[in-house]
Amino acid sequence: MKNVNRIGPMVVMAAATLYFLVPIWWLLVAASKSRAQFNNTTPLWFADFSLGDNLSELFAYRDGVFLRWMLNSVLYTGGAALIGTVLAAMCGYALAKYRFPGREAIFNIVLSGVLVPATALALPLFLIFSQFEATNTFWSVFLPSLVNPFGVYLARIYATASVPDELLEASRLDGSGEVRTFFTISAKLMFPALVTIFLFHFVAVWNNFLLPLIMLGNERLFPVTLGLYSWNTQVNQIPELRMFVLTGALVSIVPLVIAFLFLQRFWRNGLGSGAIK
Amino acid sequence: MKGKKGPLLFFIAPFGLLFAAFYLAPIGYAIKQSLYKIERQGTFGKAQEVFGGLEQYTRVFSDGPFWESIGRVLLFGIVQVPVMLGVALALALLLDSGLVKGKAFFRLAFFVPYAVPGVVAAIMWGFLYSPNLSPFTALTGNVDLLSADFVLWSMANVVTWIYVGYNMLIIYSSLLAIPQEVYEAARMDGAGALRTAWAIKIPLVMPAIVLTTVFSIIGTLQLLAEPAVFRTFSSAVTSTYTPNLTVYSTSSIPNFNLAAAFSVVLALATCLLSFGFLKLTQRGADK
Repeated sequence: MKNVNRIGPMVVMAAATLYFLVPIWWLLVAASKSRAQFNNTTPLWFADFSLGDNLSELFAYRDGVFLRWMLNSVLYTGGAALIGTVLAAMCGYALAKYRFPGREAIFNIVLSGVLVPATALALPLFLIFSQFEATNTFWSVFLPSLVNPFGVYLARIYATASVPDELLEASRLDGSGEVRTFFTISAKLMFPALVTIFLFHFVAVWNNFLLPLIMLGNERLFPVTLGLYSWNTQVNQIPELRMFVLTGALVSIVPLVIAFLFLQRFWRNGLGSGAIK
Repeated sequence: MKGKKGPLLFFIAPFGLLFAAFYLAPIGYAIKQSLYKIERQGTFGKAQEVFGGLEQYTRVFSDGPFWESIGRVLLFGIVQVPVMLGVALALALLLDSGLVKGKAFFRLAFFVPYAVPGVVAAIMWGFLYSPNLSPFTALTGNVDLLSADFVLWSMANVVTWIYVGYNMLIIYSSLLAIPQEVYEAARMDGAGALRTAWAIKIPLVMPAIVLTTVFSIIGTLQLLAEPAVFRTFSSAVTSTYTPNLTVYSTSSIPNFNLAAAFSVVLALATCLLSFGFLKLTQRGADK
């Protein structure tokens, strides 16, 4: 009886695993084939392994524009997530640990920012940036990506839960300034939470599509998602792009998968904490 | 409070300024823009921006394709969100049930699609759906998944594929937070695994489910990357297929005033729906 009980759930889990991983497996296999073999070999198994050739062709195509896109994505995303997390952490921490007039008002405004869809902001941001003739620049995508209201919300919850008031009092008695206390003590206590905020922010910016689509006209400023999108829209006119789109799609997901693998122990437990309170 | 004003400003001001510049200001600016219109003196006269009152909004409310696209994403959400969250909840309960071995592996495997950007996922599935490229010819040979009848649900599958694992993790972590004593009491009462799941676990993770639902509602109304990509694969996806595509194509005409009005209406609709859902569930919880 016990065995029967286990077989059912394991079958469900196995089926779900296939559903989630087969498309990525297909992408890996497809990206490893030459153009000729892509169309006339078994789609879900390797033919002659030419991933290396495909990669070097992809990286060389049009002066290495693809590598440029990858670099852009890393700069937009890594930079915005890193700075954005520090700013959100400081703000959330202050909202959790200090009592001051207007505290709840600020928190509520930030919280309603969570409900405002980021895509609704893209067009007005474009119009504002165009007043300063600053569209089609690195900053036009980078600066708006720094703001993460959900991060403030999470930081406040985490700070309340993980930084005891007694500890802050003690460090005050030791003569440590508020700012120093934050960076030397509180931020350390909040560290696992900060990694979670960072990851959420990273994924959100990495996936952001409408803002760069509206802001950028210069191909050399594109993040990789927009670059792949623009290639994909040209596939019907330039069929050779198809291999580049597939190989590029594979390359574009590698950094995030690696980041998730390395930071596993943080997101595994941290993700749900925002939902509990 | 003495002596803390400085540090407080230091903590809050950087985020606050950016939030004001890149969140509040655009909202205000969009509202202002939506109240203006472009007027020309004569056919070849200079274009001039003049106050138009609610004129853009009258156009928004009489714009057939826009409301069709709202109806489309609502239909999408009514079907896709419950399916996605149902699967996520079921998988989370299974992971938590103690009946499954290799939990760490499954958790990771289900979460991998979340690392795939929407654009890339849509491109990948677009290939998988295409009759002449797909590895699943048995299916795609018989049903055209990119035809007008199916393409909405083909996209629903892409969104589901990306987000099930993410939602599952949120629900699963709140399952882990349930204290063990609760289960012991249930066991003493002779409750089986299914009954424990239904009567104890699901009610206790309700806040997590509500949170994921709100995020899913917001996400659904904002659908953009998937339909934008699918335009390459399917002629059934028009330039006004979803509200956000409408905003984008209106702004590339360019008619910024009308596009701003679309944005404002869409943002309001999103806030109303997610806020309304929150209120509804809160009232349910009070009973």
